[in-house]
Amino acid sequence: MKVHMVAAINAALKQEMQKDPSVMCLGEDIGVNGGVFRVTDKLQEEFGKDRVVDTPLAEAGIVGASIGLALGGMKPIPEIQFSGFSYQAFHHIKQHMARFRQRTHNTMHLPMVLRAPCSGGIRALEHHSESPEAFFIHCQGIKVVMPSGPYDAKGLLISAIRDPDPVVFLEPKKIYRSFKEEVPEEEYTLELGKAKLVKEGKDVTIITWGAMLKVVEAAAELCKDVDLEIIDLRTLWPYDMETLVKSTNKTGRVVVVQEATRACSLASDIAANLQERCILKLEAPIERVSAWDIPFPHFALENYFLPNPQRVLKSIRKVREF
Amino acid sequence: MSIEEKGQFSVHYVQVMDKDGNIDMTLHPNLDESKIKELYHLMMLLRVMDEKCFNLQRSGKIGTYAQTRGQEASEVGSAFALEERDWVVPSFREMGVFIVRGVDKAKLIQGWNGDTRAFANPDGAHNLPLSIPIASQLLHAVGLAWAAKLQKKDEVVMVYFGDGATSEGDFHEAMNFAGVYKLPIVFFNQNNQWAISTPRTIQTATQTIAQKAIAYGFEGVQVDGNDVLGVYRITKEAIEKARRGEGPTLIEALTFRMGDHTTSDDAAKYRDPALVEEWKQKDPLLRLEKYFQKKGTWSDEYKNWVVSTVTKEVEDAVAAGLSVEAPSYEQLFDDVFAEKPWCLVEQQQQLKEELEGKKE
Ligand SMILES: Cc1ncc(C[n+]2csc(CCOP(=O)(O)OP(=O)(O)O)c2C)c(N)n1
Ligand SMILES: [Mg+2]
Repeated sequence: MKVHMVAAINAALKQEMQKDPSVMCLGEDIGVNGGVFRVTDKLQEEFGKDRVVDTPLAEAGIVGASIGLALGGMKPIPEIQFSGFSYQAFHHIKQHMARFRQRTHNTMHLPMVLRAPCSGGIRALEHHSESPEAFFIHCQGIKVVMPSGPYDAKGLLISAIRDPDPVVFLEPKKIYRSFKEEVPEEEYTLELGKAKLVKEGKDVTIITWGAMLKVVEAAAELCKDVDLEIIDLRTLWPYDMETLVKSTNKTGRVVVVQEATRACSLASDIAANLQERCILKLEAPIERVSAWDIPFPHFALENYFLPNPQRVLKSIRKVREF
Repeated sequence: MSIEEKGQFSVHYVQVMDKDGNIDMTLHPNLDESKIKELYHLMMLLRVMDEKCFNLQRSGKIGTYAQTRGQEASEVGSAFALEERDWVVPSFREMGVFIVRGVDKAKLIQGWNGDTRAFANPDGAHNLPLSIPIASQLLHAVGLAWAAKLQKKDEVVMVYFGDGATSEGDFHEAMNFAGVYKLPIVFFNQNNQWAISTPRTIQTATQTIAQKAIAYGFEGVQVDGNDVLGVYRITKEAIEKARRGEGPTLIEALTFRMGDHTTSDDAAKYRDPALVEEWKQKDPLLRLEKYFQKKGTWSDEYKNWVVSTVTKEVEDAVAAGLSVEAPSYEQLFDDVFAEKPWCLVEQQQQLKEELEGKKE
């Protein structure tokens, strides 16, 4: 069936809850209201108020309690209403969620998935548009996943729920309902840590994730003369080095495209790793396309801030013609 | 071994004017009739402005908007009790407070249109911009009050927040600091009984929000938030107490969010429409009209005059707010640091080239 990403995520949650009674969802407005984006629509009707919980308005409470729930034998899936409000829970994320396994010498662990809508492009109010993946990666000890469409969202979320370690699952809200894809009704998993080769090519490698995949595809339309190899990272941490290195060694020219800001970002990390590993095969400096190093602006200027196909194209030309 | 009582605590509910406009004269805040008319005028201005903003969002002229309908008495009555030198620290649903504070209404429209210039504060007015991260502003208010106290400035801080905000840790930390340092601050809780789809009963197991003050060592009081005279009276007292150096107060204004949470929300999904009907009977403007009728100081001409005056004012503001030139991309880079670092100089240049390239 062809469905939007919201429906695919909803189906993943539902099937995992049907299968495993320890899986539960908690967060602000996720029950009766089905979440502000309707991702958890009708789940409370099916699973009841104990497993799909409308919590008080407190992100630190939601994440901190989820850690306890996980230690106590549940598999909590806390939702943070917008990733920009995950900062309210950051002490739990950094000090506990990321380190429980380490600080108990590998004897206690946290099977939990923190879900949050992320990224911009929908003229939202302040703090509702952020791409904070690098913060979570910097916590060390958390897996970070960001799907780029409905099919991946379902398979990746099911894998995340079954993963023994904590996962932050970031959902680009711009693509919640912007397109549909064929999504199998039955459950399926997509291995965490594996990137997807979206398109094979020989001239330039483009590495991207989340809502930026559509921007990259739009840029590809504008440069049909360049044979692009497009890789969707899917799991942002720990990412699929093997696939990236292989592609880099093949094309020798790499552009990393992210919606997040640039300094100390995932794109920077990928560029550093690839130049360390592939320097003799590189034909051009690795380009990073990103948002500017400024706070996400009020929405009147967001289109100047977010990467667009022209910006991607310029970098493709630059590495191509170097 | 012994057991002794450590204290007894109680919380009061105050109403000066009931829903039929009857007044308990022993509680009257001693406001001139002309001032009460002014309150009515401001509340009508807010109502008309609010409806206008809602329609502007629906016609795609502004972005997501948070309605104030039903909360006019709570917002106007409380802000009316402040002096200009006092500080206002808002959450995001306080357009009425901004109106009372004399903020340019065209700027308010511009702000809901995602334009940063609307939040510029060139004259140093003692109003912070609206704050979206729930409850975070409470601690900033505490800091402002602390600064006033340390510098012996005669300034009281009034901070606004919703019922949902009382669940955040920031709320409790702010209340605690304010109690410990005995700060000149008034915590004004607009309990409109909903935090998006979450009713107050899911937010806290306590009977009132006001009683939370007791745990932090100061007074909490609940007031009928749709009774503008009650709100004014209680807020005025709290401000004066703070000004005398007698510390903070928590005011819980019991009101109701008549509209959806914002223009992105659909309350029909989670709220019984009968509740809304019930609260219509307690409408803050209607109540004041009944009061004037009883006093014999009311006429249809007066009402028509108020409505047409504020409508004109709002229309002018909308026209001005929507006709401003689009902001320039340069402010993206100019507004971050006092002095622009190399990376922003470089990135600004890149964006400039990108935009020039597009023009070609
Ligand atoms: C820290 C944080 N978490 C979540 C949100 C999303 N959000 C915006 S308003 C709101 C409900 C606020 O309820 P309340 O405090 O009662 O204020 P009201 O909307 O009723 O005025 C929520 C959850 C937010 N803005 N900030
Ligand atoms: Mg509320």
